[in-house]
Amino acid sequence: MVDVSVAGRVRPALPRVPALAVLAHYLVGYRRTWRAGVFSSFLLPVLTVVGFGFGVGAYVDQGVGGLRYLDWLVPGLIASTAMQVAIGESTWPVLSNFRWIKTYFAQSAAPLRVGDILAGHLAFVLFRAFTSTAAFLLVTALFGAVRSPWAVAVLPVVLLLSLAVAAPTFAFSAWAPSDSYLALLFRFAVIPMTLFAGVFFPVESLPSGLRQLAYATPLWHGVDLCRAATLGVAPQWSVPGHLLYLAAWAIAGWLLARRAFRRELVV
Amino acid sequence: MTTAQPLIQARGLVKRFGDFTAVDGIDVEVRPGEAFGFLGPNGAGKSSTMRMVGCISPPSGGELRILGMDPVRDGPAIRARLGVCPQLDNLDPELTVRENLTTYARYFGIPRRVARERAAELLDFVQLTERADSKVEPLSGGMKRRLTIARALVNNPEIVLLDEPTTGLDPQARHLVWERLFRLKQQGVTLVLTTHYMDEAEQLCDRLVVMDGGRIVAEGSPRALIEQHSTREVVELRFAADSQEAFAGKLDGLGERVEVLPDRILLYVADGDAAVAEVTALGLVPASVLVRRSSLEDVFLHLTGRTLVD
Repeated sequence: MVDVSVAGRVRPALPRVPALAVLAHYLVGYRRTWRAGVFSSFLLPVLTVVGFGFGVGAYVDQGVGGLRYLDWLVPGLIASTAMQVAIGESTWPVLSNFRWIKTYFAQSAAPLRVGDILAGHLAFVLFRAFTSTAAFLLVTALFGAVRSPWAVAVLPVVLLLSLAVAAPTFAFSAWAPSDSYLALLFRFAVIPMTLFAGVFFPVESLPSGLRQLAYATPLWHGVDLCRAATLGVAPQWSVPGHLLYLAAWAIAGWLLARRAFRRELVV
Repeated sequence: MTTAQPLIQARGLVKRFGDFTAVDGIDVEVRPGEAFGFLGPNGAGKSSTMRMVGCISPPSGGELRILGMDPVRDGPAIRARLGVCPQLDNLDPELTVRENLTTYARYFGIPRRVARERAAELLDFVQLTERADSKVEPLSGGMKRRLTIARALVNNPEIVLLDEPTTGLDPQARHLVWERLFRLKQQGVTLVLTTHYMDEAEQLCDRLVVMDGGRIVAEGSPRALIEQHSTREVVELRFAADSQEAFAGKLDGLGERVEVLPDRILLYVADGDAAVAEVTALGLVPASVLVRRSSLEDVFLHLTGRTLVD
């Protein structure tokens, strides 16, 4: 039965780009669940714009630096959405692929290398962060909160930001001894970053010590670049400086993640 | 066939985890087309050996060649020609039965259309065609196992590695899996499996090694192992409670070996009926007598001991 026509044509080889075969696996699964996700990716920005932009914004009389609060806030929310999706998709799903459904072990028995398994899953996380951000950008543009055509530059920026936060999170989730560690990551990294990295108010309002901490977060660099793009102004820091800083997080994160993956998969 | 180059060749193969030596210098040769078994109690080093053969665990010492290649350097090239059925199913519960096969096929560079045809063919082979578009989650243990076996065959592998293929399955499911594996063997696929079920080893394996504490303690065909390490027949005698020890003393010298267990006495003999006659001649009246042929289980327990391994 097995050795009829098709088996003869099955010529096992190495896929041309193995990471793409891995990405395809996640996309097949996503095809089943994306509708629920799309609804929330459009609903969330609408709610935030109405709640924070119009609601809170109404009390921010003078705006920020002469800008309407909503316009100032939106790019920050875009960057923080990218970060939250990127980190969210890099925590439980990664832990589960090691400990619960063991997808990574199934993949490592195929002719894939650890780097392919990691790169394919990271690519899917970037895809998720990118599409969520693009939806956010579209909705807020409809609300008139995007002031410059430079706003399209937000898209490559969120890709880099997502990689800069997802890669180290992959390392953390691969290392985490149990899923309660993942909740700590949200408590001590994601929420503080969201609150203090310049999304809701300028970092300059923070006391100096905290301000230095805010500058060290990858999110602030993403926020500053996104804000410059949607407002069509120069960022507070140099563009290459921002990009290099985010790239450094991405590269360091990749190296740590690959080491953590190897430790689990090649034993 | 006997002159063919071995597909798997291990010499003094060692696997260490820190201070613990899981595999302690084993020599193994698996030839094309045979079904080869690793038998042993838990912790004997079977799974560690399988992981090294599957090129996901680098050996700590010794030599290992698979399909003539080096598993550390040529891992992906070797894995492209292997099928692996792990001890615990690691199917993707979010995907359908069919998608589990087609997505896996892409890891082997198999084009999408060929992968779909291949998946249909394999689902037919493992009798899951009706469940092709069902999700994996509600499947029974036996169905999941068959799907995992189908996934291991997606690349038309030359060697299929099966780590305890029927552990945890009910008798019907086990027999179906055995029957499918036997068919693969008939088609010339080389099978390498680990098991601690003796009936599985006797059913499937042409040749096997018994492992204990990381070493190979015996090697051969099931029949040869029984001939070498046990007698032709075994007599099981049960006596009234507490009188066992008293009787045991009188049976000394009967047959090749007498083994006293808490609930019964085993006589390892060439001729069971003759031995029973001798027992009766001694004036002993056991509560029950059973004469049976020696099995691989007798060999296994003799070689690896009756102590429980947890």
